[in-house]
Amino acid sequence: MGHIVEIEGVNKIYGKNHVVRDLNLTVEEGEFLTLLGSSGCGKTTTLRMIAGFEEPSTGSIKVEGESIEEKEPFERNVNTVFQSYALFPHKTIFDNIAYGLKMKKVPKAEIHERVMEMMELVQLGGFEKRYPTQLSGGQKQRVAIARALINRPRVLLLDEPLGALDLKLRKQMQLELKRLQRKLNITFIYVTHDQEEALTMSDRIAIMHDGVLDQLGTPTEIYEQPKTKFVATFIGETNTFDGCVSAIDGTDITVNLENGAVAGSGSGFSILEFLTVSVRPEKMKFSMEPVEGFSLRAKVKDFVYVGNVIKCIASLPNGNEVRIERLAGEELPEAGSRIFLYWEREDAVLIHNRDHLMFQMLENISLT
Amino acid sequence: MDKKISRHEWKSNLLPALVMAGPVTLVLVFLVAVPLVYVGVMSFCSIDEYYNVVFKFSTENYVRLLNADYLKIYGQSLAMAFITTVLCILVGYPFSYLIARTKSKRKTLLYMLVIIPFWTNSLIRIYGWRTFLGTNGWLNGLLQFLHLTGEPVDFLFRQGTTVLGMVYCLIPFMILPLYTAIEKLDGSLLEASADLGARPFATFFQVILPLTSSGIFSGSIMVFIPCLGYFFVADILGGGNSDVIGNLIERQFQSGNNWPLGAALSIILIVMTLVLVKLYQKVGGDMDNLGV
Repeated sequence: MGHIVEIEGVNKIYGKNHVVRDLNLTVEEGEFLTLLGSSGCGKTTTLRMIAGFEEPSTGSIKVEGESIEEKEPFERNVNTVFQSYALFPHKTIFDNIAYGLKMKKVPKAEIHERVMEMMELVQLGGFEKRYPTQLSGGQKQRVAIARALINRPRVLLLDEPLGALDLKLRKQMQLELKRLQRKLNITFIYVTHDQEEALTMSDRIAIMHDGVLDQLGTPTEIYEQPKTKFVATFIGETNTFDGCVSAIDGTDITVNLENGAVAGSGSGFSILEFLTVSVRPEKMKFSMEPVEGFSLRAKVKDFVYVGNVIKCIASLPNGNEVRIERLAGEELPEAGSRIFLYWEREDAVLIHNRDHLMFQMLENISLT
Repeated sequence: MDKKISRHEWKSNLLPALVMAGPVTLVLVFLVAVPLVYVGVMSFCSIDEYYNVVFKFSTENYVRLLNADYLKIYGQSLAMAFITTVLCILVGYPFSYLIARTKSKRKTLLYMLVIIPFWTNSLIRIYGWRTFLGTNGWLNGLLQFLHLTGEPVDFLFRQGTTVLGMVYCLIPFMILPLYTAIEKLDGSLLEASADLGARPFATFFQVILPLTSSGIFSGSIMVFIPCLGYFFVADILGGGNSDVIGNLIERQFQSGNNWPLGAALSIILIVMTLVLVKLYQKVGGDMDNLGV
């Protein structure tokens, strides 16, 4: 496996908007990489730069080791599936799919054969004479994918391709896309704001926030070891507690919160550092008696039943809410009871707080 | 839908119906339908030796209009209208594309360059051209100043000059529908085309042109039809060498004082127009784009 796309030090600035900041990202050949983030985080701009529709303000993008800055979009071995599908409304489905091959002047017989084969692959056999307006959303999506894949690109870029579909169809298409990607062994770079979609389909996820790549990793890494508070809260549900390191003993770290002290483990932290503790709802534990190392009290407020999972909501003395999740049938505290919250040290993820740097800066200013 | 409207209902609907549809019906009846019928009737009349209209049915006018001299002018008028339309497309398309695709503030400025002359009386503008192109005009002055010509060049009173004037007068009618069609074009289609390996030239013929053809059709119809009737352009710039159908009509009503013949000519022009509009509908043109 080699590096198929290399993004080095890329910035994109529109007027006063710094849309993408110092982006470094390497995409491996044959992988399914997702750019995940909320709208306006720079993920679509990044994709459009790889496609060649936008030029980076600074930095370089290489595809297959070659810098693409000099190449026009029509010269690149990269194809795009657009969010709005962008099917040619005046051309039949056959002509839409055949477009790329016609532009490459492939012989007619071969075009016919490859289009038919591709239509079978995306399960659109028999639709060749129809026009895009005669198709449903899901079918249009398949045409858009077929139209891009028929060119046998090294990299396929997908810009929220399932955004316009309803939930059921989206789930079905997610699996189908994954199947296609495995079968054809093409590198997919996929843009979405749907974290569940990203977790389901991706080999690796790049989480972007305000133009910055916050974290790059496998779905498991991202879920279990979020590196920033944004990643922790963006992927799945979590409880976060902001606090300050009060004691370090090897990897055991004690953190003072507004409402009490808690424990976690980690390395690379320093005493008095501001950080965020993230604990997934299913990892939260409770007890009627104080537990050693923890002094976090809460009052049980409410229960929410979600199928086989029960969510218990408890409130801390400062009013913040904490969620505890249990499978149905497991032990839960009674509503209105006062409990002590705790967790296993290794279940808590300690995250360096970006605000910490700001506090340090403020301190330095006040000292000088 | 065979619901019977009761007498009472009919009566209670009458007043609002009259108030809302009445004025426009009156205007249409007295200003469009009645004159049209009058022209139609007159085209089958004749004149006596004192040029008075005699209301006696005859097809004499139409027979006269099938004469070779008249046919030659119909042909000439159609040919000039055709050339004007083609020139309007060739000049108007790139300009419309520029306006529609410019994102900057210049868009309004470019748009105004089309609209402002359009608001000015075309007769005045055509006289402007005459002053500009005449033997003592600015253009000849410039050419002589640069010693490109010794003698003044006679630009006026040629068919080409009339066509120039027609293009100048009618090009907004081409640019506006083209602008609408090009503006509606989804930019992602152009990106998709480039993404699939099409060079700009191929993208133009494969995607842009087919998707903006409706604008070309409606623009063409809106240029071609008035072109047959713009007699003042042919008069001022063509000086009798490049008559259009409009000139024939004008002459019969004015100097010729033969209203029935003029009416018959008008009817022929109306029929030509209707045939063209019908053709336009046949090729899939949208009537809304003509502003009717």
